[in-house]
Amino acid sequence: MSLQSIIDDFEFLDDWDDRYKYIIDIGKTLNSLSEGEYNDTNKVDGCASQVWFIVEEKVIRGKNVLKFRGDSDAFIVKGLIVIIFTMFSEKTPEDILKIDFIGELRKLQLQENISQQRSNGLTAMINTVISEAQKRV
Amino acid sequence: MFDVEETRGDFPILNKEIYGKPLVYLDSAASAQKPSKVINYIKNFQENDYANVHRGLHFLSNASTDEFESSRKKVKNFINAEREEEIIFTLGATDSINLVAHSLAENFFQKGDEVILTVMEHHSNIVPWHFLRDKCGIKIKWVDCDKQGNISLDDIREATTQKTKFISITQMSNVLGSDIALKEIIKFAHENKILVLVDGCQGISHKETDMKDLDCDFYVFSGHKLYGPTGVGVLYGKYDILKDMPPWRGGGEMIREVSKESVSYADIPSRFEAGTPNIIQAVGLGVAIDYFVSKKNEGLFKHEEEISKYFHNEIQCVKKINVYGEKNITSPMITFTVDGAHPHDIATIIDREGVAIRAGHHCCQPLMKFLNVSSTARASIGMYTNKSDVDIFVKALDKAITFFD
Repeated sequence: MSLQSIIDDFEFLDDWDDRYKYIIDIGKTLNSLSEGEYNDTNKVDGCASQVWFIVEEKVIRGKNVLKFRGDSDAFIVKGLIVIIFTMFSEKTPEDILKIDFIGELRKLQLQENISQQRSNGLTAMINTVISEAQKRV
Repeated sequence: MFDVEETRGDFPILNKEIYGKPLVYLDSAASAQKPSKVINYIKNFQENDYANVHRGLHFLSNASTDEFESSRKKVKNFINAEREEEIIFTLGATDSINLVAHSLAENFFQKGDEVILTVMEHHSNIVPWHFLRDKCGIKIKWVDCDKQGNISLDDIREATTQKTKFISITQMSNVLGSDIALKEIIKFAHENKILVLVDGCQGISHKETDMKDLDCDFYVFSGHKLYGPTGVGVLYGKYDILKDMPPWRGGGEMIREVSKESVSYADIPSRFEAGTPNIIQAVGLGVAIDYFVSKKNEGLFKHEEEISKYFHNEIQCVKKINVYGEKNITSPMITFTVDGAHPHDIATIIDREGVAIRAGHHCCQPLMKFLNVSSTARASIGMYTNKSDVDIFVKALDKAITFFD
């Protein structure tokens, strides 16, 4: 799944009921963390739903990339995590920093769900993605 | 006679459309919307009568001071306090509780003294006491409620020891909406020389609140939940207690005299209103109280009771729903979870239908733990809530639940 395919699917679904159903569906593709990884260290601050998030360094095709794993107890948040990971995961820190994530999220009209509220922990997650990338360039 | 449709006309925000749908505002327990009277008065006050209070001898300063002090009088009459000096303007209920805790830390509490809290308290009525535990070694004694949010006098009695000096308790849980038998708790406390603070954040806008009748030592509430502005709240304290309490914040009009070596303090209420007070907000609160009292006299509480009963009845028919405090059918709070969906999911989906509710722990993590949930969804009613709001909400909820089938 690429971000562009999600954007295309979204354009096809013109009603928000279907878009949320879609987000819930892609959320189901998120791999669970191992039981021990649902701990306080991996927990992201947020109050409406719980989010856990892990950053790993990997070498893929000879490049040092950042790989993200995570989960939430809320279905929509799971879907939003998939979108965030599709945007950022398995990319080099330099490529991560080049991404205009607010612009991309705006194409999905999801910027309000992600960038402006701390309640679902996704803002904190994106901030961590950016700061982890910045540390490595 | 209270007329909900006419009342709705007083709230301009209710004309707003959210994502093309009429706004259904069911988050009044978090913050109530503002009537035109409050909005316009604040504007008019700033255009015509505004200056700093208490300081000037000029015309506008006097006009502003009159407005500010008249608002204090309105609060006093509204909650039936004995004297105007018993009304302190604060930033909100949180600020009021912090004021009491910090001030009493000076010479009231000693190491080992006990403060009783209930598991239902809002974090604003928990964290200041945690501060005191760390600062002067008080001990917090917790009292559980039952699943409906009831607290019995026996539970309080059981938690009381020789060292109990204070009980800080909500008038109405912001999650379960339960109605607590405060009068007998306060009577018992006083027989045992224990002071009582009542957190009236939710109670103030849904229940008759009378200081002489309740007889609590402190009472706190926030203006914004009473259809007034944010940034203003009230601390009521009995005159004989407040007058001996040391100030918390320093500066501005809270002094009598300041020299290089020493400072003496003003009498109450000024002693607790350091710096330029929240003049505009306090004046706005006075107007909100006028408005609220007029609605109350028209029969607001009866309307709210009817809507609450209707709401509790309708929500019980929704499949897969678990309502917390379900027996409190006159509660303005409808707190629930849905099997197979997270409260956050529900709130997000119905938002697109124009329905505003809250999801989360509601600043009540100990209560969430007690109820064995990580979060809940909460719809809460205000004076403008009508049956149509309830119907739209239930329809949106029904539909949202099918997303998780």
